[in-house]
Amino acid sequence: MLDVGFVSSLLASSIRAGTPLLYATLGETLTERSGILNLGVEGIMITGAFTGFAVSVLTGNPWLGVLFAGFAGMALAFIHAFFSVTLKANQPITGLMIVLLGLGITGFFGRSYIGEVAVYINPIHIPHLSTLPYLGEILFTHDPLAYIAVILAAVLWFLLFKTRYGLEIIATGENPEAADSVGVDVDRVRYICTLMGGFLVGIGGAYLSLAYAKLWTEGMTAGRGWISLALVIFSGWMPQRAVLGAYLFGGLDVLSFKLQAIGVGIPYHFMKMVPYVVTIVVLLFSVIRKRAAFGAPAALGIPYVRGKKE
Amino acid sequence: METILEMRNIVKRFEDVVANDHVNLEVRKGEIHGLLGENGAGKTTLMNVLYGIYQPDEGEIIFEGRKVRFRNPRDAISAGIGMVHQHFMLVPRMNVLQNVILGYRTPSDPLINHKWVESKVEELSEKYGIDIALYEVVMNLSVGEEQRVEILKALFRDVKLLILDEPTAVLTPQEVDSLFYALKSMTKSGLTIIFITHKLKEALKVTDKITVLRKGKNVGTVITAETSERELARMMVGRDVVMDVAKPEVKFGKEVLRVEDLWVKDDRGGFAVKGVSFSIREGEIFGIAGVSGNGQKELEEAIAGLRTPARGRILLNGKDITRLGVEKREEIAYVPEDRIGVGLAPSLSVLENLMLKDFKKYRKGLVLDYEKMEDRAKELIEEFSVKTPSLHSPASTLSGGNIQRLILARELSRSPRLIIASQPTRGLDVAGIDYVRRRLVESAAKGCAVLLISEDLDEIFQISDRIAVIFEGDIRGIMDRKEADYERVGYLMAGGLEVAV
Ligand SMILES: Nc1ncnc2c1ncn2[C@@H]1O[C@H](COP(=O)(O)OP(=O)(O)OP(=O)(O)O)[C@@H](O)[C@H]1O
Ligand SMILES: [Mg+2]
Repeated sequence: MLDVGFVSSLLASSIRAGTPLLYATLGETLTERSGILNLGVEGIMITGAFTGFAVSVLTGNPWLGVLFAGFAGMALAFIHAFFSVTLKANQPITGLMIVLLGLGITGFFGRSYIGEVAVYINPIHIPHLSTLPYLGEILFTHDPLAYIAVILAAVLWFLLFKTRYGLEIIATGENPEAADSVGVDVDRVRYICTLMGGFLVGIGGAYLSLAYAKLWTEGMTAGRGWISLALVIFSGWMPQRAVLGAYLFGGLDVLSFKLQAIGVGIPYHFMKMVPYVVTIVVLLFSVIRKRAAFGAPAALGIPYVRGKKE
Repeated sequence: METILEMRNIVKRFEDVVANDHVNLEVRKGEIHGLLGENGAGKTTLMNVLYGIYQPDEGEIIFEGRKVRFRNPRDAISAGIGMVHQHFMLVPRMNVLQNVILGYRTPSDPLINHKWVESKVEELSEKYGIDIALYEVVMNLSVGEEQRVEILKALFRDVKLLILDEPTAVLTPQEVDSLFYALKSMTKSGLTIIFITHKLKEALKVTDKITVLRKGKNVGTVITAETSERELARMMVGRDVVMDVAKPEVKFGKEVLRVEDLWVKDDRGGFAVKGVSFSIREGEIFGIAGVSGNGQKELEEAIAGLRTPARGRILLNGKDITRLGVEKREEIAYVPEDRIGVGLAPSLSVLENLMLKDFKKYRKGLVLDYEKMEDRAKELIEEFSVKTPSLHSPASTLSGGNIQRLILARELSRSPRLIIASQPTRGLDVAGIDYVRRRLVESAAKGCAVLLISEDLDEIFQISDRIAVIFEGDIRGIMDRKEADYERVGYLMAGGLEVAV
């Protein structure tokens, strides 16, 4: 039953299922690297999913949908940035507020779009490469957004670890006072990272409605935002590891369908639980072990006020 | 020599506290200008105003002949001012190179040109004799090395004026010497330095001129060559200070603390304390000398109950307390080396910090008797002269020295049987040092056992009855003060082995 064909189709769908997680994880990684904890990922993702879908329905252009999903994510992230950076408010609480806001807004406006048909983003089969045995199916039959996600991970890795900007972002997340003392504009860095992070999370949502599920339903993110938060921890705030983590979790999601389809005797609901259980375990571990050991930015979630001793 | 910096009538207030009260400061190009003052005199505040961290409420700054207004550190940096803060501003998880160039644009910006940085750093190292491994992670550096990174950071930006806020407070004597050497060579190449310190000897040794602040006011500027320790002390404190606390001979009583073959691990899991044994009697001050980082922290934490030893026993008044929690060790007063982290709850008020261990005593039904607590706190603040805006200000707003007094007030007022005092006078001004040593001696005279852990040999020799040296977790020789001398202790501190003579 576990033949090569099964495995390669499983891997291919893992990538598809993992891509929305990857976008969200990359976005949140960027945000958290600057020291801002945005727990609103679930809310931003669902808003992206809805905005992308609606814009595609209205304009017939799914790419415009993706772009606007990004903007919608940015708008919600702006609320978070305003509260946490400018007003120095409690970040977890603002984040949770954004989850409720996102779910609420999309629930309300989304009703009339349920059952609508949008123009979707379709896979492209890369000539020659996609016909390779097995490998072709796994790697070269995806839609452009899936490839862009991987490129983005590479770009983000480069930005963080190879450029001055990255140095400034990491320093801001680790020790904002130190960054400030050498002239880094802490508030600006945090705004930019939170907004860009929101943009990516929004696109992750759009991927869900326009490329993966190809439909809109209320609450369709189904906890993927929370999984992404765990993935950020799981990947140790490293974009390159986020790719693996996202595909792995995508795979767990897909496995439940596949195993059910071929009639394995594990109840469907148990299989469905696996990603969430793993999420909880990851989060538990990160709480039990010292945060620093996991590589969390030292100033994550702590507002910065110049001249205020800690 | 021309004037490079003039600060005129600077006023800075924090709510009711006037940290700087119409302060004037004039610094000439190429000099080392000392800034002296008691704890809370406003030295750090004045420099933070200069560096753009605070905005002055009144007054003006003239730098290189132009009136300037720095809205943030970036403005100050681009004008050519660098600052090494009292508490270092480094990112522990980044390496030295990354810390040095943080916020700086290398020629290939936004990419980082490692080769270019390396050669520039090498040039600087040679010129000023500052040696440092560029790719070491800052977390693994000693305090002295961290300071070199901070200085390098400033030099790298081609500063004209370098501010050093109490740079020697955390250094070993050898490191102080090499710092002074570097400072001298910097002024030779035209740099100007403002040097904040409490230590009169150092100020006299390294500066050209000295400005003294007292209670936020400028008391005067003197030429170093024409002044003396006595005059400076009088300017700082406003009266003559005598610095001659001596430990009177007392009859030692029963044994209070006994440590037997103690092994303690550090955070990384290696042994930091390796089989240490000693005992302290009533009325005795037992001094442990040693360079910071040789297991002192782990040893004191094990005795205070913050860290469980891997092996060995700790006995207090003959009772085994090796595995008891902190709350069961009420008879131990602990003045930790890490004041902000272990000794204090920075966001709680001064009152709450003072009462932290005594809340139980002030229970009134279900609530606390705040009136009574306030009365007691006022007494303590008076007695230990803690300078604070009010009882209700967060402890974190106190100056470094006053934080130390606050901890002492809480710990010593609880009539302990054993006092663990770790670097108790680090960062304190003359009057403060005198005061703390006096308190320790008094406590011992009342029958307390005192464990004094210090890097400052003067301190160890001044008040200890017996002296031990700790090196790499091992106690090298315990001797009576009368038979100890500086050379021998210094030799053991640097890792020398005791040889039978
Ligand atoms: N951010 C702040 N908020 C409120 N009060 C402050 C703040 N910073 C400093 N102060 C107060 O201003 C006064 C001067 O403090 P400052 O830190 O300048 O002293 P200092 O001379 O550097 O002392 P030390 O030698 O102990 O470091 C102190 O009374 C301190 O409590
Ligand atoms: Mg100071």
